[in-house]
Amino acid sequence: MEILWLLIPMSVLLVLIMGCIFWWSVRSGQFDDLDGPAYRVLADDDAPTPGMASEEALSPESDKKGGAEGG
Amino acid sequence: MAITSKAEQFNYTVVRQFAIMAVIWGIVGLLVGVVISLQLLWPVFNFDLPWLTYGRLRPLHTNAIIFAFGGCALFATSYYIVQRTCQTRLFCDKLASFTFWGWQLVILLAALSLIFGITSGKEYAELEWPIDILIAVVWVAYALVYFGTIVKRRTPHIYVANWFFGAMILAIALLHIVNSLAMPVTLFKSYSAYAGVQDAMVQWWYGHNAVGFFLTAGFLGMMYYFVPKQAGRPIYSYRLSIVHFWSLIFLYMWAGPHHLLYTALPDWAQTLGMLFSVILLVPSWGGMINGIMTLSGAWHKLRSDPILKFMIVALSFYGMSTFEGPALSIKTINALSHYTDWTIGHVHSGALGWVGFITMGSLYYLIPRLYGRTEMWSVKLVNTHFWVATIGIVLYVAALWIAGVMQGLMWRSVNVDGSLTYTFVESVKASYPFYVIRLVGGLLYFLGMLLMFYNMLKTIGQGKSVDVAVPTATAPANA
Repeated sequence: MEILWLLIPMSVLLVLIMGCIFWWSVRSGQFDDLDGPAYRVLADDDAPTPGMASEEALSPESDKKGGAEGG
Repeated sequence: MAITSKAEQFNYTVVRQFAIMAVIWGIVGLLVGVVISLQLLWPVFNFDLPWLTYGRLRPLHTNAIIFAFGGCALFATSYYIVQRTCQTRLFCDKLASFTFWGWQLVILLAALSLIFGITSGKEYAELEWPIDILIAVVWVAYALVYFGTIVKRRTPHIYVANWFFGAMILAIALLHIVNSLAMPVTLFKSYSAYAGVQDAMVQWWYGHNAVGFFLTAGFLGMMYYFVPKQAGRPIYSYRLSIVHFWSLIFLYMWAGPHHLLYTALPDWAQTLGMLFSVILLVPSWGGMINGIMTLSGAWHKLRSDPILKFMIVALSFYGMSTFEGPALSIKTINALSHYTDWTIGHVHSGALGWVGFITMGSLYYLIPRLYGRTEMWSVKLVNTHFWVATIGIVLYVAALWIAGVMQGLMWRSVNVDGSLTYTFVESVKASYPFYVIRLVGGLLYFLGMLLMFYNMLKTIGQGKSVDVAVPTATAPANA
């Protein structure tokens, strides 16, 4: 199983790299707030705003269109 | 850069390209799967043409599903998620565009070379060395685009989905390069740098981690973004998602030997692989519970929202196959299941159930948004797709469970005098009815994908390609 002389150092190296990234992420405060990020993703509104696709007026959902002109 | 008066926009173009191609390659991959399952029943369906024989189409099927369908879906969703969660445009448009055209070229070359019988013979890594080099180049470009975008992010925190995608990109780069090391002889032929059991060990170190990082970590990235978004609720426990990520990353690398139980691999290496595979159950189920419990308090949404149905069934199959996997890696169980169709059933409960369904759910969320619409052209059709595909998977997986256990029992059955009770061909004959059920299941799943394609075309036809402006926290009051 000479291949282990390649695979084990490689895996150990990879774990070391991951360990370093983990260390950095903890030190740089990535995990200081473990509740906020879950809500912040929801706060990012990626729903298309009416009027973006002008053709939308042709579709049955066009009644929604009037609502959000102010943006 | 030319338009100075306009705010920075997200790069949705490359997301659109990959999303559409994911659906198209999904159809191709599933069609090839249906053809080879026909061939298992009636070999006449290879039409006596060498290009259409099982041995050539089977790797085409796996490559098309994993790298063409799954790969395009990963590119599309990761590019979307990294832009939305980092609140910035994708790093380097030209490089992003290169990853799209480069990846399509890889897929075309792969399809052609496999049909013509050009293969290195390594499962899930059959492509010959020139294509391998092209994959490596495209993948490095992908890494540059992805990590470049993370570096220029406008939010201090890196959302958990990006960690999963990032780990996938790094791990696949390493796995692909190490496993594909070979000595070229001609343009179409090379020999692996490793030999015998050494080669087998590298191959399954690659093979299992390809499952772990490509088909699991990447699609978990999708899950951690699109399930909360579609449910309109935060992930059940963000803390648990971080634990899920790090434990999965540290554990997955060591499970590969379970593909080589009862082979020439040293016994201790087999046991080690089995041990790590069993431990993997814990983080996997942590993630599965985290995803499903995101819906707690909003279960009623499952009644009306077919996209959420796709996602929750995907998570159920993730839970099921990450329970089945550790179970199959236990030596005593593996003694029964190895080389039977149970393994194929297991792979498809993961591929059709988990990978396929989370992708479809995510694409149904994504496609309308890329075309300035609030939902797909027909939500009813999405619902039909869900039921057709679910029934398809259940038929497929159940048939192969039964066939697999039956084959295992027939092969190990011995008479009192020590001779085998059944010949091999008797077990093949006994599997026929189950192969028919498997074909029906596969056809239903394929039909579902066609419905998705039609729905996508209609949605695109009604909508308009839009590139949305990046919302800025310090937006000037011009609205």
